[in-house]
Amino acid sequence: MSLPSASSVARPHRKPRLDPRSLALIEASVIPMGALLASALIFSLFLLMLGKDPIRFFSLVWTGGVASSFSIQNTLQRAAPLILTGLAFAVPARIGMTLLGAEGALVLGGLASALIAIPMMLGGWPVWLGLPIMALTAMAVGGAWVGLAGWLRHYRGVNETISSLLLTYIAVAIMNFLVEGVFRDPGSTNKASTMPLGPDWRVGDIPGTSVHWGLATGLIIAALLWVLMERTTFGFSARIAGGNLRAAQAQGLPVGRLAVASCAIAGACAGLAGFFEVAAVHGQANASLAAQYGFTGILVAFLARQNPLAVVPVAFLFGALAASGGLIQRRMEMPDATMLVLQGIIFVTLLTSESLYGRLPFLSVSQAGDRT
Amino acid sequence: MSDAVFMVMMAMFGGAIRVSTPFLLVALGETLTEKTGRINLGLEGNLVLGAMVAYATSYSTGSPWLGVLAAAGTGTVLSAGHGWICKLPKVNDIAVGIAFMTLGTGLAFFFGKPFIQPTAPRLDAIELGNWSSNPQVQQALKINPLFFVGLALAVVLWWMLKNTRWGLIIRMTGDNAAAARAMGISVDRVRLVATAAGGSLAGIAGAFLSLYYPGSWNESLSSGQGLMAVALVIFARWSPIRCVWAALLFGASGALGPALQSIGISKGYYFFNAAPYILTLIIMVLSARSQKAAHEVPGELSIVK
Repeated sequence: MSLPSASSVARPHRKPRLDPRSLALIEASVIPMGALLASALIFSLFLLMLGKDPIRFFSLVWTGGVASSFSIQNTLQRAAPLILTGLAFAVPARIGMTLLGAEGALVLGGLASALIAIPMMLGGWPVWLGLPIMALTAMAVGGAWVGLAGWLRHYRGVNETISSLLLTYIAVAIMNFLVEGVFRDPGSTNKASTMPLGPDWRVGDIPGTSVHWGLATGLIIAALLWVLMERTTFGFSARIAGGNLRAAQAQGLPVGRLAVASCAIAGACAGLAGFFEVAAVHGQANASLAAQYGFTGILVAFLARQNPLAVVPVAFLFGALAASGGLIQRRMEMPDATMLVLQGIIFVTLLTSESLYGRLPFLSVSQAGDRT
Repeated sequence: MSDAVFMVMMAMFGGAIRVSTPFLLVALGETLTEKTGRINLGLEGNLVLGAMVAYATSYSTGSPWLGVLAAAGTGTVLSAGHGWICKLPKVNDIAVGIAFMTLGTGLAFFFGKPFIQPTAPRLDAIELGNWSSNPQVQQALKINPLFFVGLALAVVLWWMLKNTRWGLIIRMTGDNAAAARAMGISVDRVRLVATAAGGSLAGIAGAFLSLYYPGSWNESLSSGQGLMAVALVIFARWSPIRCVWAALLFGASGALGPALQSIGISKGYYFFNAAPYILTLIIMVLSARSQKAAHEVPGELSIVK
């Protein structure tokens, strides 16, 4: 009578074709892709019910988003803030915080950079010094704003989801208050705005394109944050705290500082997006800053599964959707909220698909590893 | 008392009741949902979609009360979707709430475009101020029946949670799901029903916005009332009766700006607009670590863990 080998007793079905790490990666790509496909189907049904042609819709997304070099540049232009706001959601999410504060940080950061530019322009400061100061101001203001939500969460026990959303509403109100009031440029008759930046005070385009430098900055920051979250002690501690707060505390990790720092990084990213919106797109701060980039960034981050590198392609996808919005509105006579409906459907489908993790039969090995 | 102060006081009183009604309805719905241990952040979506559906129904049928009913139905369906998804494993109820906020708002804006221009029949108020000859008093005592519906619901909900079998089932599900399961209660079904019922109240709150005050449909109709109501429930420590007082407090803070405007103080309009948000934040900070709240919070609630 021979005993069965230990491994066959423990895992009778196991055929180790791939190590669990790669399987988890495949799982994390297959499930969101499947959710996207399912959303496209649901949205097609929605269009069919309204008597619209789904094939025409998706071909217009293709035309408006990627088909020509003009549309690609339009897509990239819109992806730039989405990368930064997506990162702004993804980084605190790794430590277990759900923050809706990116929109507020973007608005206040943009406003702050437009305001600090005024004395520098009037004082004749050199631009090479002025623009970095504007960017740093935007990051500091955004970081402090969202950092406040992190601080309140950790040291006062205030739920960060609600407090960060309230902070967003307050930020928009502050911007309206200042832009319509003290800092209103007398020249802005149609739409109250701050004093416009001079032509040489604008951030230019990446040479050879009509895409501003915010895109390149976003790519660099995504890479840096990936290194921070995956390859440093900070990121490791943050992920432990996100996985099990008590365990992290028991290990003596500085959980409070990690939480506040993650939120501050998030706010700084969103604030930087605000700086580029002001210095590269609008040339001044006004109500156009609250263009929902902060909220779309939440969906971007969810679809990227909070991975800073994956945020980039997902931001391109939503940039393409946004870029084709106008074309679809004109050609198919559909309201601008069409994209919001599509986003909502993607969001709901995606979260529903979360329950599939560890339950796909052909990826079942990953279940034995890190998932419960 | 000087005239101006009297005017502001009366405008504040009337305004507080008007502004508080949607807060009250959403908060009662959220209280019911949270009592079962689940949180629905998507009520903002219900509110906006409910407002649009109510307005469209009232416009096409001529009956505003039919609009209220349609809004309640819409809210029920939307929240039933939330409840159904949340019972799947590994799904985070806060995230699903954000998704439903996006979906509800998107659908409302999508289908609501044709209804921004036309005027629909609105809900009538009950005029309780006819005994007075003072027009400000009359104005302040014009109260919408939905406010009284909210008050009655608060009492009924309080009584039900405290004294009935259903109330016990709801509280048990919210405090200890494992114990409830051991008693043979279907935790998922209780939560699904409570979420759907809460969603219908948020839909009605939306109907109040579009059919009474401010009384028209547009895309900036809701300014986060659905979300502030979630904070309000925490502040009210999950008690329907305290929800009434909290909603009135929020209503008063929201009525401050318009009341000051009525006597010609329009400076800082945007600042007064922000007053309810600032108040909510301060209240959350003050109530977050209170011993009483820790004692009364439903044990299964993810938001306080």
